[in-house]
Amino acid sequence: MLSLSKETIKVLKEQDVVLLRNRVKEVAVKIKMGLVNQTRLITAASELLRNMLRYANGGNCIVEIVSSGRNNGVRLTFIDKGPGIPDIALAMKDGYSTGKSLGLGLPGTKRLVNEFDIKSKVGEGTTVTIIKWANG
Amino acid sequence: MSSNNYKLLQKKKKEVLELWMKNQLADEGLREDLISNDELRSQSEELIEALIGNLSSNSVEDINSDEWSPVIEILGGIAITRARQGFSPRETGNFVFSLKEALIEVLQKELKNDIQALFSETLKIGRIMDNLSVVTFETFIKGREEVILRQTDEITDISTPVIRVWDGILALPIIGTLDSARTQVVMENLLQEIVETGSSIAILDISGVPAVDSLVAQHLIKTVSATRLMGAECIISGIRPEIAQTVVHLGIDLSNIITKSSLASALAYAFKVMRLEVRKVNAVQKSNLL
Repeated sequence: MLSLSKETIKVLKEQDVVLLRNRVKEVAVKIKMGLVNQTRLITAASELLRNMLRYANGGNCIVEIVSSGRNNGVRLTFIDKGPGIPDIALAMKDGYSTGKSLGLGLPGTKRLVNEFDIKSKVGEGTTVTIIKWANG
Repeated sequence: MSSNNYKLLQKKKKEVLELWMKNQLADEGLREDLISNDELRSQSEELIEALIGNLSSNSVEDINSDEWSPVIEILGGIAITRARQGFSPRETGNFVFSLKEALIEVLQKELKNDIQALFSETLKIGRIMDNLSVVTFETFIKGREEVILRQTDEITDISTPVIRVWDGILALPIIGTLDSARTQVVMENLLQEIVETGSSIAILDISGVPAVDSLVAQHLIKTVSATRLMGAECIISGIRPEIAQTVVHLGIDLSNIITKSSLASALAYAFKVMRLEVRKVNAVQKSNLL
């Protein structure tokens, strides 16, 4: 997989969510992603951002355009230095939440994107990587 | 600053002011539309008075000391008013920088025989004025931020109107992102309006919401539940196709809520519930009506 462009955006407060969402949208439009996929990607980004803000007080997001064969896509990497997730399998279950949310953020995000990867170490932080292909 | 030089500046206060005013008036960025020359002069005079009065003090280099607070206060006041009046950062900066020029110019004239003293005094003045410029910018930006904050408040206020579309039917178009603070405002306005108008149906239109994630959905569900507790029915309208697909993939259950794709269909549904009928009047009846 080839990374064509890369930029890092810091997310520290709720207003940054809108900023990043607009940036993701710009990138998605650039690679001619369809409206439905755009909305899915933006929603996924917004879920992960909210998680980051809520549980880790913010972090960094890397926005990349990636290319694999004839397919272009957007890869987003969310890196935080929060408390980490002790049981990832449990966190990926529908309806499970340590906060008072609907518990759909992580599992829902996985359903919205093409590739989803989560790594977490308790006490060190969490990294989530998602890829949405332009026509996937 | 040595006391001799201090007295010198004290004496030459008038001259410094005149020079400064000249500098300011000669500047291209002078904003006569925003501030009158008289006002500018009185501001300048006040600042010079406080500044030169302070040069004698021992803590002349320490801008954080108490003795500097009157100067900083005056300067801060000027910077904040300028931010509100719409001065650009450059124009505000020039206000302070041109004072530095004037001070140094006067010193240069008076101390032209003592290069050593001129150099050290110039350095000192430079340091003080740099510190004051930093203060000016800090306050200027603070002033601007206040303007932004006020606008944010205004946007929150005006962006959540509750519209009475029919007797007993309220509509609430939501534009932009729904966060916790905004949901609170929306909910309060809606519930208040339900009480005041005795409405039985409320339509929440989310055509203007760019993305519905689980948090936004949760806020919507909460608003709907609260409306139901008040004895009114809540319809969510303006669900675009891409939003519908996203919500399904996310796994959010909105099946307990009445949802419509457009405000028009929501209104039609509301009419049906209230047993109202909207009909086209045909020509014969129309002539009878007239």
